Amino acid sequence: METLPADSLTQRLRDARRSRQSEKILQDKETERKVEERQEEARTSSVPGEEFFAEAGNLFSFVGRFFSRVWRRPYEVRELLTQMDEVGTKSLMLTGVVGFSIGIVLAMQSRGTLARFGAESFLPSMLALSVIKEIGPVLTSLVLAGRLGAGMGAELGSMKVTEQIDALEVAALKPFHYLVVTRVLACVIMFPIMTMLTDFLALAGGYLEAWLSDGMNVRVFIATAFDSLRFADVIVDTMKTSIFGFIVGIVSCYLGYNVRGGTREVGRAAMQSVVVSSLLILISDVVIVRLSIMLFGDISDAA
Amino acid sequence: MSRISRRADARRQPAEAGPGADAGPHPLDDDGLATPASDPTGAPAAGVPGAEGTARGDAREPHLVDPEAGPVTGNSPPPPDDIVVDLRDVYKGFGPKKILRGVDMTVERGTSAVVMGGSGTGKSVLTKHVVGLLRPDKGEVWVLGERLDLMDQEQLDQKRTRLGYLFQGGALFDSMTVYENMRFFLDRLTTLDRGEKDDLIMEGLEDVNLPSTRDQYPAELSGGQKKRVGLARTLIMQPDIILYDEPTTGLDPVSVRVVSDLIVKLRDTRGISSISITHDLLAAEIVADRVHFLLDGQIAAAGTLDEVRRSDIPELQEFFKGTDAYGHA
Ligand SMILES: Nc1ncnc2c1ncn2[C@@H]1O[C@H](COP(=O)(O)OP(=O)(O)OP(=O)(O)O)[C@@H](O)[C@H]1O
Ligand SMILES: [Mg+2]
Repeated sequence: METLPADSLTQRLRDARRSRQSEKILQDKETERKVEERQEEARTSSVPGEEFFAEAGNLFSFVGRFFSRVWRRPYEVRELLTQMDEVGTKSLMLTGVVGFSIGIVLAMQSRGTLARFGAESFLPSMLALSVIKEIGPVLTSLVLAGRLGAGMGAELGSMKVTEQIDALEVAALKPFHYLVVTRVLACVIMFPIMTMLTDFLALAGGYLEAWLSDGMNVRVFIATAFDSLRFADVIVDTMKTSIFGFIVGIVSCYLGYNVRGGTREVGRAAMQSVVVSSLLILISDVVIVRLSIMLFGDISDAA
Repeated sequence: MSRISRRADARRQPAEAGPGADAGPHPLDDDGLATPASDPTGAPAAGVPGAEGTARGDAREPHLVDPEAGPVTGNSPPPPDDIVVDLRDVYKGFGPKKILRGVDMTVERGTSAVVMGGSGTGKSVLTKHVVGLLRPDKGEVWVLGERLDLMDQEQLDQKRTRLGYLFQGGALFDSMTVYENMRFFLDRLTTLDRGEKDDLIMEGLEDVNLPSTRDQYPAELSGGQKKRVGLARTLIMQPDIILYDEPTTGLDPVSVRVVSDLIVKLRDTRGISSISITHDLLAAEIVADRVHFLLDGQIAAAGTLDEVRRSDIPELQEFFKGTDAYGHA
C-alpha cells in the first residue's frame, strides 16, 4: 500500500489529520483551563453547607423584600384577581376530588377500628376532628403546593430566562409587584378558602359513606361531628393554611425569579418549588400545632 | 489602534459649561450643584436652596438622596451636555468570574454607538448597566446627566421611562398576543384613550413591517419576527436612548437592512441615541457612528468601524479576518 503515490487525496487527509491534531491540542488547553476554573470555584465555596446557608439567606432577603413592597403602590388588583382565579377556580376540581375521596376512605377505614372498641357512634366526631384539624388543611396545602408550586416556579423561571422579567423592569413596570406580590397574596387568601371547601367535601364524603352503610341521619351526623370541635380550633387550623400558602407562594416565586441559565434550570426550579414548599409546610405544621396546643390547650379540654 | 478616550474632555468641560459652578471641580463642591448636564425634562432644576448642607453630602448612599433634590451626581463632575451615556471605569464580576474590568465608554447625543466583541465577553452585561439592570461593582454609570449607579428604585424607574432596551430574544410576554404585548406598556404607563393606543400600536408594527402579526401569540412567530415585534414594543414608548442587544442576529439579509435602516432613521428623524450590540458587519456598517470593541473586560479599541477594523491588536484582526470583502464605509 505504501507504493501509492502521494496523490491529492492522501495529501488532503494528511492535512486534515494534522489540523485535527492541532485542534486537539487547543481543546486540551481549553479543558485544562476549565478544570482550573472549576477548581478555583471549588476553592472559593469549600465550606460545607455554605451554599445551603447562602440560599436560605437569599430566601429570607426575598421575604424581606416582599414585606417591604407589599404595602406600596402599585396595587395590582386585577392581576391579583387573575391569580386568585388561578389558585382557586382552576384547582377546585383537584382539591375537591381529593377531599371527597379522602372523606369516604377515612370513614371506611375508621369504622372497623372504632367498631372494635364498640365506639362506632364516635365516627362522625372522629371524622370531623381528623379532617378539620389536620387532614383537610395539610392535604389541601400539599396538593396545592404540587400544582401551584410547579406552575409558578416554571412560569416565573421561563419568564426570567427569556428576559421577560428584565423587560418589565426596564420599562419601569415593577415586576416584583406584578408577578411576586400578586401570586403570594393570592395564595395567602385562597388557601384557607380552598381548605374550607375541601373540609366540607371530605365531611360530605364521610357522611355519604355513613349513610350508605347504616343510613345515618344528617342531623345526628352534624350534631356529633361538631360536638368535639371548638371554634378556636377550627379557626386556627383553617387559618394556618394562609401560612402554608405564603410558603408555597414565596418559595416558588423565589426559585422561579432567580433562575439562571436555560430550560433545564427552569425544570429544576419547578421541581424544587414543590419539594421545598412541601417540606416547609410539614415542618411549619409541627411548629404551629405545638404552638396552638400551648396557647389553646389540646382537644381533651373540649366538651 | 490607540485607545480613543474622551474621558479627559468629559471631565474638563463641566467647569466651563456651568457658569454657576466653581471653576475648580473639588469633589465636594459638585455635590448637589445645579449641573449643566441635568436633563431638561428631569428633576426640577436644582436651585434647591439649603439642600447643600443636609444629607446630600452623603450622596453615596442612594437612599439618602432626596428624589426631589435635583440630579443624582455623587461626587464626580458630570459629563458635558451632549454626552448621553458615560461609563467610567466600570467593573463587574459574578462570583469569581470578572466580566468587566474597567470599561470606559461615551456616547454622544443623537449618535449610534456599536459594541462589538466575541461571544460571552460581556457585551450584554455592559449594556445592562446602562439601564440599571445591573449595578457596577466599581465605577460610574452616567446616563442623561445622572449617576444610575447611585439611584434608588424610584429614581431609576423615573429614568427608565426615557430608556428602551431591546432584548436578545425580543422578551415578548408569551401569555399575550402581539397587540396585548404592546398595549400592556401603554396601559400601564400612559392615560391615552383606546383609539390613540390602537393607532400607536399599528404605527409601531408598520415600522417593522409586521402589521399582520397583530393577533398572533409570540409562540407563533419566528425568532426574527419576535425580535422585530420587540423592537416595535420598545419604540412605542418613544425613548431618548435605545439599547439594542443584537437587533439583527438571526435575520435574513433583507431584514438586517430593514432593521439597521430603521435604527438610522430613528437617529436622524427623532434624534434617538443608541447603543447596539452586533456581530453583523453589514449592520455595523449601516448603523455605527462609533464602534467600541470589548475585549478582556475593557474597551480595547474605539473609533469608526474602519479605524477599529484596521487596529493592530491580534484579537481584533482575528475577529475581522476575511471580512474585507465588505465595502469600506
Ligand atoms: N446574572 C449573571 N450571573 C452570573 N453570570 C452572568 C450573569 N450575566 C452574565 N453572566 C456571565 O457573564 C458573561 C458574559 O455574558 P454576556 O451575556 O454579557 O455575553 P455577551 O457578550 O452578550 O455574549 P453573546 O454575544 O453570546 O450574547 C457570561 O460568561 C455569563 O455567564
Ligand atoms: Mg449577549
